[in-house]
Amino acid sequence: MNEAALLIAATLNAGTVLALAALGLLINERAGIVNLGAEGIMLVAAVAGYAAAVHSGSDLVAFAAGAAAGAMLAAVFGVLVIWLNTNQYATGLALSLFGVGFSAFVGQTYTRERLAERAQFDIPVLADIPILGPALFKQHPMVWFTVAVAVGLTWWLAKSKSGLTLRAVGESPASAHALGMAVRPIRLAAVVAGGALCGVAGAYLSVVYTPLWVEGMTAGRGWIALALTTFATWRPLRVLLGAYLFGGVTMLQFQLQGQGVDVPAQLLTMLPYLATIVVLVLISSNAAWIKANMPASLGKPFTPGG
Amino acid sequence: MLRLEPRTTPSRMFVGLAPLIALAATVLIGMALFALLGKDPLTGLRMFFWEPIKSGYAWSEIAMKATPLALIAVGLALCFRANVWNIGAEGQFILGAIFAGGVAMHADANTSRAVVIVILLAGMAGGMAWAAITAVLRSRFNANEILVSLMLVYVAEMLLSYLVYGPWKDPQGYNFPQTVTFAKPTQIPKLFDGLRVNIGVFLALAAVVGMSIFLFKLFRGFQAIVGGQSPAAALYAGFSSRAALWGALLTSGALAGLAGALEAAGPLGQLTPYVPVGYGFAAIIVAFVGRLHPLGIVLAAVLMSMFYIGGELAQSRMQLPKSITGVFQGLLLFCLLAADTLIHYRVRFKRAAPARVAA
Repeated sequence: MNEAALLIAATLNAGTVLALAALGLLINERAGIVNLGAEGIMLVAAVAGYAAAVHSGSDLVAFAAGAAAGAMLAAVFGVLVIWLNTNQYATGLALSLFGVGFSAFVGQTYTRERLAERAQFDIPVLADIPILGPALFKQHPMVWFTVAVAVGLTWWLAKSKSGLTLRAVGESPASAHALGMAVRPIRLAAVVAGGALCGVAGAYLSVVYTPLWVEGMTAGRGWIALALTTFATWRPLRVLLGAYLFGGVTMLQFQLQGQGVDVPAQLLTMLPYLATIVVLVLISSNAAWIKANMPASLGKPFTPGG
Repeated sequence: MLRLEPRTTPSRMFVGLAPLIALAATVLIGMALFALLGKDPLTGLRMFFWEPIKSGYAWSEIAMKATPLALIAVGLALCFRANVWNIGAEGQFILGAIFAGGVAMHADANTSRAVVIVILLAGMAGGMAWAAITAVLRSRFNANEILVSLMLVYVAEMLLSYLVYGPWKDPQGYNFPQTVTFAKPTQIPKLFDGLRVNIGVFLALAAVVGMSIFLFKLFRGFQAIVGGQSPAAALYAGFSSRAALWGALLTSGALAGLAGALEAAGPLGQLTPYVPVGYGFAAIIVAFVGRLHPLGIVLAAVLMSMFYIGGELAQSRMQLPKSITGVFQGLLLFCLLAADTLIHYRVRFKRAAPARVAA
């Protein structure tokens, strides 16, 4: 039973990385921008966060560094696609390719660094409940923060004026512009905010989840996060659910390896990637449903008055 | 104040000039980076732009790297023109190497030299099969080809790793993750004694010429591009956008698979987990920097090979991490996309209106 509790805890932990990144991408996409650079952003932020943690010893500083790195890269991407109307796919790819190289380059010296012993974050009383305690109440605060972001985003997109403005920009930038909304700055703000969340995800990965810096350590998580937004039909709470589902698949793979199941490790490692494909196929095969839920201007450039 | 003003027609001049502007910008940023790291920028420049081309041996090495890059990029150019975002060429390359290796493993010293042809065809089949998965899922189930083809790269890496750690491991290999060294007849024929460059160069050039003819001379090439760019227009004209999707993916899969086969049976001579070195991703940059034009791709592939070799030299002679190659490759694509703005916009310098002084 205790093992199941630990598995749940590990699943939430693994899902948090994906959820943070996917929620960031969801903000982008609700404003009409697809950022294929998520993988590169996460990698650079993972290095930035790790370096910050090594030098400062503080998780908070590390997350801030990751967020800043993510926001900066996303801003470059945003200016290119929003003002210079470069192709969103090509520009995002450029960011991902650059991020892979750049993070490997800057991170070289940090592959040898190790972080100090991780602090425990037991919630008093609740953590002592059998099973539930170890499963839910010994998590890093970021796990709770992520849940809060998902809930907050749901409310914000549905109820707040600024959230509705963001959605209007994503659905019909031309109408939003006609109504006097500043489409381009709003889109840039969404891209930067999304990049910052992807950055926090990268920093969480290298500082808390692993905790190590290794070249290419995101191992496709940025791309899986992109798939998650489609899987969730652009709803924050479904993103959270999907992320935990994928976290579970990742953990299942380790669990099976740990129990000495007679399947080669490499085939088990394929699981999250295969699961992503299967999920994409299941969701996308209903084209009408996707179309009904997708922000209408997704991926399309917009020029005011053009 | 700088201001962008849309042009009425795209500037033909900047279509050709943008890659050069991007290269110049990348070089400038690169030199600044060298200076920042306390290295002599001019030495750095020499490592990337002179050392890789200064001898016959150096050109042979350039050709070794430019061959897979050009082969893959030519296929990607067709994909991107047909609006099919295949970014999983790396996976198709790996499957090409696996299929080719599967054939080559079974050859021995007495096998006919013709086995090379079988190896190359097997590689193409492997790449096509892997690309076909993306094509099926896209055309039948509407699944996003970017994500599917990319996920398949990770699956392909794991498949290769499984084979060389498991069933295909050389029993006499001291437990290293590698297959047997392929027998001599499987070797891709070399062009000169003492140089590594092989007939792959001609295959890449043939692919370049073939793609040029297909894209610019044949009606089918036109159909492929229309089918991808505007499914509605294609439908009206009776062209099939599904055929465009399949054609683009299978062709680029075959070319990436061929590149994988040339690598496995060429310089490597066996399969290891280190077969994939990122050519499939670098080829995306090659395709864009080459303006999705087969001839431009040749130039871009040579340039990108210089980046690879320059990175290796910077590591051995200047004590810089080899990953600097990836930084420059990414920067180049970024700069190109930014420079492309000049094709559609004119930059105007406008003085800010003088501030009015309150009376």
